Amino acid sequence: MEKQIRRKDGSLKSVSYAKWGFIFIAPFFLVYIVFTLIPQFLTLYNSFFENYRDGLKQIGPNFVGLDNYKELFSPDGNGTILVLRYTLNTLIMWLLGAIPQFVIAMLLAIFFTSYRLKIKGQGFFKSVIYMPNLIMAAAFSMLFFTLFDMTGPIHYVLVENGIIDASFDFFSNRVTVRSLIALMNFLMWFGNTTIVLMAGIMGIDQSLFESATIDGANPVQVFFRVTFPLLMPIFVYCLITAMIGGIQMYDVPQVLTKGNGSPNGLSKTLVMYLNSYFGPSKNYGMAGALSVYIFVITGSLGFFVYKRLSAPYKDSARKHRRRKGDVI
Amino acid sequence: MSKQSGAVNRKRGLSDNTKGMVKLTALRVIVYAILIFLSFLCLFFFYLMIINASRTHADLQKGFTLLPGGNFIQNLVNAWNDASINIPRGMLNSLIIALATAVLTTYFSALTAYGIHAYDFRGKKLVFTFILAVMMIPSQVSAVGFVQLMNKMGLHDSYIPLIVPGIAAPVVFFYMKQYMESVLPLDLVAAARVDGSGEFRTFNTIVLPLLKPAIAVQMIFSFVSSWNNYFIPALLLDKPEKKTVPIMIAQLRSADYSKFDMGKVFMFILLAILPVMIVYIILSKSIIKGITAGSVKG
Repeated sequence: MEKQIRRKDGSLKSVSYAKWGFIFIAPFFLVYIVFTLIPQFLTLYNSFFENYRDGLKQIGPNFVGLDNYKELFSPDGNGTILVLRYTLNTLIMWLLGAIPQFVIAMLLAIFFTSYRLKIKGQGFFKSVIYMPNLIMAAAFSMLFFTLFDMTGPIHYVLVENGIIDASFDFFSNRVTVRSLIALMNFLMWFGNTTIVLMAGIMGIDQSLFESATIDGANPVQVFFRVTFPLLMPIFVYCLITAMIGGIQMYDVPQVLTKGNGSPNGLSKTLVMYLNSYFGPSKNYGMAGALSVYIFVITGSLGFFVYKRLSAPYKDSARKHRRRKGDVI
Repeated sequence: MSKQSGAVNRKRGLSDNTKGMVKLTALRVIVYAILIFLSFLCLFFFYLMIINASRTHADLQKGFTLLPGGNFIQNLVNAWNDASINIPRGMLNSLIIALATAVLTTYFSALTAYGIHAYDFRGKKLVFTFILAVMMIPSQVSAVGFVQLMNKMGLHDSYIPLIVPGIAAPVVFFYMKQYMESVLPLDLVAAARVDGSGEFRTFNTIVLPLLKPAIAVQMIFSFVSSWNNYFIPALLLDKPEKKTVPIMIAQLRSADYSKFDMGKVFMFILLAILPVMIVYIILSKSIIKGITAGSVKG
């Protein structure tokens, strides 16, 4: 309030400063327009054109309307609609990693914040579980490949102990490939989720826990009746950002399966599919249509994140203060 | 209430209490077991990597051990001097790109955030809403247009498309904006103005130093994500001497890797993640503080 009044006094002054706001945000927008916005429109534009390379011959670009989209959703020789299969693959592998990720992160967040348990060495545990998040996904995946490959040490130990057959290949079995990818995603993300959820729990007013305990609630009741409902906004935010990250899953399965999504494309993700159109065929038309499809899925999920983030900034300052004060 | 029942109650209370203590201890044991197991899981694969990077190819073929071998230096020399995968060059390339990106991203995100935080101008709300709305759009969905446009601009095999887009980083912007709200009083800016400081000077000499913790955290994150970035660089960089580390690691996988010296392969992977590991070991405390701070407000 005070600031505004002061500005009103010397209205000339505030006008001359407004220009600096524009100058300061100009580089961001300039770069955003050139490197993101224009490419986005170009991608959309491409999706309406036939534009690819057939051997040495360049086909197009010819306007074909919605043909690329039709082709994207039409079944291949075996009657499978590839884009849906890859969507399903992405979803399955994401869920396989995300379910344990959220369950364990929630548990750890409760452990770390519990004043009854008083966990020692929290700094160490947090550092360790967060570490895989910063590791290069491509290198992590390559490491898993070398360890689980038929000549690798883990394969060797499992054969020695008679757990698997010597001829067993982790990378030609649907279940093991998907599980390994999910395991890597789990390892890379559960630490991050733990820390975010923990921060969320610590943001909740401690007196609420105390009064619930005094009223005779047991720890399980406290969690389900107090902690979880108050943590809900942050939990949902985490979940949706994780989902958006899941849709972008690429590096790990790409390196692990050499880009072919073995076996039989059952570990191929949407972005791997997108990447395949950049290969020798340079099929920008189909890649464009696929990008739009991915954009629509992420966009609708992202809308929730946007809602969540913009909520504190909408409306009045009064609401803002209150929100800042309690849950967040 | 009679005396007797009171005593019974007290007795029951006591036994409840000891039961509670036993329960709590048991719970603690389980919790520590879970934590140790998860920590083990996080470290185990990297431990194996380091062990295997210290063994010879012949040793690795023979089987499995949890003890280091004596071939670490030799593997390092072999990997470093490999003819087909020029890892020192790749590391240098990645370092240049990641450092430049980290500096540009943090500086310009702070600048943009300051532009919106400290000034009132028309359409400010709209600008802010726009940045929030586009925050979650992944770079992959504009890759087709991006690659086309960069090729047209003659920027294939150039680092400009990998560095400059860092200037427009909505997520970092949002973090900076949040941080400014909690640490940057606008009176300070007004005072600097009274003292005759220009707007850019105020930002560079007064605002930036106040943002140091936020800048440090975001520099680390943008460095790491640029160092690890694989999708877009792989689409733009073709010349072998331009390639970055993740591309080389992926190449390792697509080459006929049975021909490789396995000790060397493990060493390549170790080298790829080593810089980030070192930074993390030194700074893990502030990194974790940084995510915590960023997430509570989010």
